[in-house]
Amino acid sequence: MNASARRVAVLGGIRIPFARQNGPYARASNQDMLTATLEALVSRFSLEDETLGEVAAGGVLKHSRDFSLTREAVLGTRLNPHTPAYDLQQACGTGLEAAILVANKIALGQIHSGIAGGFDTTSDAPIAINEDLRGVLLELKRAKSNAARLKALAKVRPQQILPELPRNAEPRTGLSMGEHAAIMAKEWGIERGEQDELTVRSHKNLAAAYDSGFLDDLVAPFLGLERDQNLRPDTSVEKLARLKPVFGGQQGTMTAGNSTPLSDGASAVLLASEEWAAAHDLPVQAYLVDAQTAAVDHVHKREGLLMAPTYAVPPLLARNGLGLADFDFYELHEAFASQVLCTLKAWEDPVYCRERLGLEGPLGEIDVDKLNTHGGSLAAGHPFGATGGRIVASLAKTLKENGSGRGLISICAAGGLGVTAIMEAAA
Amino acid sequence: MSDRYQQLVNTPIGKIVSKQIGLPNPVKLERYERGQPLVSGPVLFGAAPGGRLAGATAKVLAAIDADVRTPLEKGIRTAAADAGLDAKVFDPDAATEDETFKALVFDASGIEVSEQLREMWAFFAPSIRRVRNSGRVIVLGTAPADCKRPRQATAQRALEGFVRSVGKEIRQGATAQLIYVGTNAESQLSSTLRFYLSPKSAYVSGQVVRVGASALSADGIDWELPLGGKYALVTGASRGIGRAIAKVLARDGAHVIGLDVPGLQRELEETIGELGGSSLVLDITDDDAPARIATHLLDDHGGVDVVVHNAGITRDKTLGRMDEDRWNMVLGVNLTAQERINEELLSREVIRENGRIVCVSSMSGVAGNAGQANYATSKAGVIGMVESMAASLATRGLTINAVAPGFIETQMTAAMPIAIREAGRRMNSLAQGGLPVDVAETIAWFASPASGGVNGNVVRVCGQSLIGA
Repeated sequence: MNASARRVAVLGGIRIPFARQNGPYARASNQDMLTATLEALVSRFSLEDETLGEVAAGGVLKHSRDFSLTREAVLGTRLNPHTPAYDLQQACGTGLEAAILVANKIALGQIHSGIAGGFDTTSDAPIAINEDLRGVLLELKRAKSNAARLKALAKVRPQQILPELPRNAEPRTGLSMGEHAAIMAKEWGIERGEQDELTVRSHKNLAAAYDSGFLDDLVAPFLGLERDQNLRPDTSVEKLARLKPVFGGQQGTMTAGNSTPLSDGASAVLLASEEWAAAHDLPVQAYLVDAQTAAVDHVHKREGLLMAPTYAVPPLLARNGLGLADFDFYELHEAFASQVLCTLKAWEDPVYCRERLGLEGPLGEIDVDKLNTHGGSLAAGHPFGATGGRIVASLAKTLKENGSGRGLISICAAGGLGVTAIMEAAA
Repeated sequence: MSDRYQQLVNTPIGKIVSKQIGLPNPVKLERYERGQPLVSGPVLFGAAPGGRLAGATAKVLAAIDADVRTPLEKGIRTAAADAGLDAKVFDPDAATEDETFKALVFDASGIEVSEQLREMWAFFAPSIRRVRNSGRVIVLGTAPADCKRPRQATAQRALEGFVRSVGKEIRQGATAQLIYVGTNAESQLSSTLRFYLSPKSAYVSGQVVRVGASALSADGIDWELPLGGKYALVTGASRGIGRAIAKVLARDGAHVIGLDVPGLQRELEETIGELGGSSLVLDITDDDAPARIATHLLDDHGGVDVVVHNAGITRDKTLGRMDEDRWNMVLGVNLTAQERINEELLSREVIRENGRIVCVSSMSGVAGNAGQANYATSKAGVIGMVESMAASLATRGLTINAVAPGFIETQMTAAMPIAIREAGRRMNSLAQGGLPVDVAETIAWFASPASGGVNGNVVRVCGQSLIGA
């Protein structure tokens, strides 16, 4: 870390409840959701007419017209219009990467405050025109004579009416995220039972977080939804055991229950320097201490697509002089229960730690009682870009309530990416 | 020499018919070819908790670049990591049926009481049906004689019954072996584990071999040419098994000195000439044969590294009809000549340090055989020679071992009456006869400079024959 870097305070965050695909948010756009979320944050922290250093946010499934969606959303809020903004995208790591970018600028003194956000809708998904038809239309546009225009139009075919739908598939493997996770689950011998147990724990923890009021100031109702639509407080291992596998074939262990559903939602987090926080009379909940991204080679070496966080965490720990056990809370994004279990097993495995991570021995074990203590993506749902903000806000509050301690965030992402970060309670 | 039955049951129709009426279904065994990997598929590697051989085993698996899977257990994963073995994980409960293995290797040395034999079941029951054609099951343990406590010795002795049963169950050309590794002999495991993992041990099954400590290290050996720069004497080298032995030792880098009787001089010179070796023509039962052999080896080669006592004859008759000549000839060639040659070579220090004596016994020597009282006596005597000389040779840095071939397809067996021939071929776990090369590969393993810890063993090359088992 830069010795002259300033500490970055997390002042708090907010999100709208996450909805399942084609649920209550079916007609809401990304911009609608982000604007509502930013507005909720403005209300909570009294940011009306405030000019912030920047707002950085992003999502995975975007329309091409939304090239500057975050700036447009900012203009739709009560933030001062002089607040700059930009969009970014790093698959499921988008939300946490946004927080890292804003935090780094604060640490360097380039800005004093900022909002990191994320959003995604799988309902209001972009549908592109047929690739063949697009070619014809572009040719038509280039044509300079009527004859050439006619010639181009003559290439229109009935099958070109079929549109291009967004696919949840890895570009270089053609496999869906779930199919990749199923390969990993098989490689690590992850059993159905342990996945279902992790899923139940996620639901129970999230339900308890709602019931205890923990989420009262972290979730702002939207379009009539007050809690995450995917949450099943009464789920059980027995109920989950009845579900049929959806990934990994008939002998697969991954079901709709122990995999995250496609969902819609948005989140935002307020970050600032300590001076800015003090000047605005806003208490510091936690500090964003350090972050690390990494990537696996899922193409040539056929590494597990969602294993990149296993690579990111060891250098992050080493740089901060920490061991894996030196945390009070672990926020591992539950893309799939099997992904979390693969990650835990990999860090405990001498072979993986030596051969893949270049460590002398196992990185260590994680006490599951400290894992995703207020629920995870399996229960809440996972609007890709919004998950990072959900986790940062939840962990900041957890650390504040705990009064001390340290938390580790780990998020896997498409493209073989992993984004991780360390947060510490405000002393 | 061709096995027409095996060819027939491996035709599409033959497969159906033999399966329907329950006939033996011998598969074509995979055999070693230069340059191919020792193991042609994934190896599942496990261990009972507290064992001492996982580290040495992992090192061998890493050295041969094996594609290894292990259960996700700390002990075995640590051993794998320490050996630099990039092992994947295997969990039978999560694995699909198409996950199969070329070899299962299990370190059972941690088993100290009979209750812990359950580990054998736990590892093999979910994996045994995943063994591929010509696959390998290898169990590693501690020889009962090396165990400190009676219960430990009991449990380790029990492994023999397990391995022999597995050998009889697995079919499809797969084999099962037990390797007892002595105290401080972990570093000597390599040559034996490589041999048993590889197609070189195609016709060896249900065997128990002991690997002991040795002052001589296998480090730095060229595994492609283990006998490079070595001289190997092979008696009876002109034909059959002897010819195969000469070829395999030459393949492994040895200069072969082929020996045979004057009547076979032309065949001998043809065989040995192809291998770039040298010939020695004499009758080993002649009074001056041992001295002539010793002198020849010293004068032409400065000594010898490997001596293979392969020359042998049969003169079958039931005992009551056997004349004295038949008795004397067989005992003379098959046993006494070997003893006399050994004595001469050892007393004149013709055999160099880290040298090897390898004898050829026989299934008849183990089990006895009607009409072969002379032959079986000589071949059982060979076993006695190995067992009695091993300890004293060890002190000189030498080893002595024997192979005991079962039914090997040679001109001799081709001349048998069909009923006896078919019985001999089928009455073993692999349901077929072996080839001369199978005996030769086993001898090459004994002969390897890396096999210093392999001493006093008699290994049968019989496809786990029912006879004498």
